[in-house]
Amino acid sequence: MAEIDIRHVRKSFQNLEILKAVDLSIRTGEFIVLVGPSGCGKSTLLRMIAGLEEVTAGDIVIDGKRINDLAPRDRNLAMVFQSYALYPHMTVAGNMSYSLRLRKFAQDRIAAAIGEASRVLGLTALMERRPRALSGGQRQRVAMGRAIVREPQAFLWDEPLSNLDARLREQMRAEIKKLHRRLGTTSIYVTHDQIEAMTLADRIVAMDAGTIQQIGTPADLYDRPANLFVAGFIGSPAMNFLHARMASETPTRSALILADGPRMTVPETLGLQAGQAVIVGIRPEHIVVGDAAPRQTGVAGKTGTGAGEAIVDLVEPTGMGAIVHFRLDTVVHKAYHLGRADWKAGDHITVHFPTERLHFFGATDGRRLN
Amino acid sequence: MAMSRKRILGTLAHRAAVLLYIVVALFPLYWLLKVSVTPTRLLYSEGVRMWPSKTTWAHYAFVLQNSDFPQFFENSLIVSLSTAAVVTLLAAAAGYAISRFEFRGKIWLIGFLLVTQMFPLVMLIAPIFKILSSIGLTNSLAGLILVYSAFNVPFAVFLMQSFFDAIPRDLEEAAMIDGASRFMAFRQIIVPLTLPGMAATLGFVFTAAWSELLFALMLISKSDISTFPVGLLSFVSKFGVDFGQMMAAGVLALVPAVLFFLLIQRFLVQGLMAGAVKG
Amino acid sequence: MSVVNQPTPKPLRQSPTRRLATAVEPYLYGAPVVILVATVMLVPLVIGMTYAFRDITLLNPFSGGFVGLANFRKLAHDADFWLALKNTVFWTAASVFFQFVLGLILALLLNRPFAGRGIAQALVFLPWAVPTFLSGLDWAWLFNPVVGPIPHWLVALGLMSQPENILSDPNLAMWGPIVANVWWGIPFFAITMLAALQSIPRDIYEAASIDGAGAFERFRAITVPFLAPTIAIAILLRTVWIANFADLIVVMTNGGPADRTQIVASYIFTTAFRRLDFGYASAIAMVLLGLLMIYSLLIVILRQTLLARF
Repeated sequence: MAEIDIRHVRKSFQNLEILKAVDLSIRTGEFIVLVGPSGCGKSTLLRMIAGLEEVTAGDIVIDGKRINDLAPRDRNLAMVFQSYALYPHMTVAGNMSYSLRLRKFAQDRIAAAIGEASRVLGLTALMERRPRALSGGQRQRVAMGRAIVREPQAFLWDEPLSNLDARLREQMRAEIKKLHRRLGTTSIYVTHDQIEAMTLADRIVAMDAGTIQQIGTPADLYDRPANLFVAGFIGSPAMNFLHARMASETPTRSALILADGPRMTVPETLGLQAGQAVIVGIRPEHIVVGDAAPRQTGVAGKTGTGAGEAIVDLVEPTGMGAIVHFRLDTVVHKAYHLGRADWKAGDHITVHFPTERLHFFGATDGRRLN
Repeated sequence: MAMSRKRILGTLAHRAAVLLYIVVALFPLYWLLKVSVTPTRLLYSEGVRMWPSKTTWAHYAFVLQNSDFPQFFENSLIVSLSTAAVVTLLAAAAGYAISRFEFRGKIWLIGFLLVTQMFPLVMLIAPIFKILSSIGLTNSLAGLILVYSAFNVPFAVFLMQSFFDAIPRDLEEAAMIDGASRFMAFRQIIVPLTLPGMAATLGFVFTAAWSELLFALMLISKSDISTFPVGLLSFVSKFGVDFGQMMAAGVLALVPAVLFFLLIQRFLVQGLMAGAVKG
Repeated sequence: MSVVNQPTPKPLRQSPTRRLATAVEPYLYGAPVVILVATVMLVPLVIGMTYAFRDITLLNPFSGGFVGLANFRKLAHDADFWLALKNTVFWTAASVFFQFVLGLILALLLNRPFAGRGIAQALVFLPWAVPTFLSGLDWAWLFNPVVGPIPHWLVALGLMSQPENILSDPNLAMWGPIVANVWWGIPFFAITMLAALQSIPRDIYEAASIDGAGAFERFRAITVPFLAPTIAIAILLRTVWIANFADLIVVMTNGGPADRTQIVASYIFTTAFRRLDFGYASAIAMVLLGLLMIYSLLIVILRQTLLARF
């Protein structure tokens, strides 16, 4: 188990900069999830930690020791690949014991180690099978087993669940979490799926375009996204954004003018000059829709105060609730409505944006204001 | 139903066409076999019969006992197997480099190998003869092995590269993280997985070396180190009327080639796409 | 879970020498091939080019001097060479044409699934495995009226008045090696085309039939354009290869009768092998190389313009 320090790490291929000075401290036993869209550099960072990619600049330090120049095999890390990368010509037992055999462990210790791991993962009956005779979920388990028998300093997970179907993904996600609770080994997990990030992480590292956008607990990223990118990336359906301009500000309140005309007053100070542009965000699940919308404080529609009227564009029932697409002026927004939603396209509804649920971002730099 | 009758006719025409191709492909080989088991006295009286009224193994017995063909066969086997082994080994190394490494010289290596595939080998007959004779490698099986290896290795490199390309990089990376050095990952993970590909390369090269005639004619003049093609050709020009014996020898020459063909048949498509140049 | 104790890692520091070793690794793997090919093919090629300007005759101790362009001047007036060049064009064009057409048909037949396709495929590709000298001999025997059936069939069909060997008829002899070559070479084209056919996504055909395209229209609008690049490459490479392919001719006719089947490649071989005139052989070889390069260049340009158009 180990602390991992990423200090000012950069990576470039020829003239293309893939990672721009990344800093990250991972505590012993922590489960860190690197999340971001494809091409954001998260996999590259993981592969640099593993030793599969050269570090262009900066240091990677494990337990106080710089490991930049160590070969992958000398780093004592284990990795679970997206493709599982199981050795097709070896049995499950062979796959799991390969690293121990390479390290010349005694037979009985190898047997004990893979026996224990296979029991934990429920693979005992499959030990003599070849990978091609296994289902996707079983292969995934073998890949995990191969990683845990080594008792490495840390686990590296490279999108391990993306080749599984939705149901299995959900199940394996829970197993990974239990496994971490049981072993307590430092883990770095790469995914593009924000649900995986939210459910697994002690801390999430949201990345985009080669830089870290925000580091924090899942609740931090959900409740107080540091910028527009994180706000838009975490949460599904994604956060709605409305363009607005600052009208005036008092020490306790701000008045904003929305792009389509109405004003709203919020109990926040945003530190902006009058006339400056601002982007207002609200998560779909925080919008109150329909007849239930209380006509109180808030903003929407043409009226400018309280709840406003909107026109239903589309309703997507999810069973548990429904995603209601509605048109405010010309822009379509989404609301997540718990319970039945019997509206049809063209219906008029009331929508209510509770002011305590609003997020504010600078229009130019995208940074959080409140 | 008109439609289904049309479909049945189409299917029949398709099967008939396939059958025609098979017959044309096999007939010359069948004829070789047929004449080789026809007694000499029946050869002329039953010239165009599809199967002789009596068969005999006498031609084979003669060829095996009273001719130099066992020697030719052995020479060819030594040359072809050695060439195949040398080429497969070298091509595996170079193919691995092309498949797995990014390096400055890569594009030049590929270009160099492609160009050597393009120019006519017959151009090299005179200079190679001169060079080899000056270092005593004419009339030597080693000289033939050297020449055949060089001729076949470019194609084999591309073939091996295509087999390496088919193995995901993840496997090597997983092995390296598991504690293997690059070489160990190559030996323990990649080599076992490319064994079928290596067998295919071996087969391709063997067949090519087994068939080569012109350089063998040029570089070998002694009968006891002749390869099979050279021996068969000199036999034909010397005893041009012993058709039964010639064809028995021909069938013997065919056997190893066909065996190796069956070995590589599965890889033909992949192989030819990889090189797309070799006959 | 603490069954395994932490193994003590032996760290291998990546020193500058190690980095250097990593950098030269691929060159090490490629070096044997490069050295082999360079010494056995490239060096002789260059030396062979110098022969073209020398008088090199084996067994003649006084030969070896530089003669400038004498070999090429002799070549310009060598009627045998011009005949061989003409024969080469005919030999190559006829062989490639029939190999291609019959190979393409075979590929189309095999691209359709049917019971026993695997066996059928192995059987029709078998000629490709037959050593070339053997297919030459085999066909020479098939054309021989003494042991072969073909002359008798031709008589039965009324195409020949009496069973004769076409290999000894100056007007027909070239067809002997061509038939052998076509028989032997169909599998090459068929395999190449089959691979290309199988790489065409099925759903394109399905989309086309849903759009109302008939079988012929699908072939014209999907198969042909998809195959075109492969066809162009295969024909280019095959043409160069066949133009140089002397084995069948050496085995079946040795250039005869009356040099009517002599192609440039077999002429080079004969000049070097029988007359031992290496200087002249190399001069012919250089001219052949030049012609083939011009041909390849033309094809490449043609292909580029066609690709640019579509």
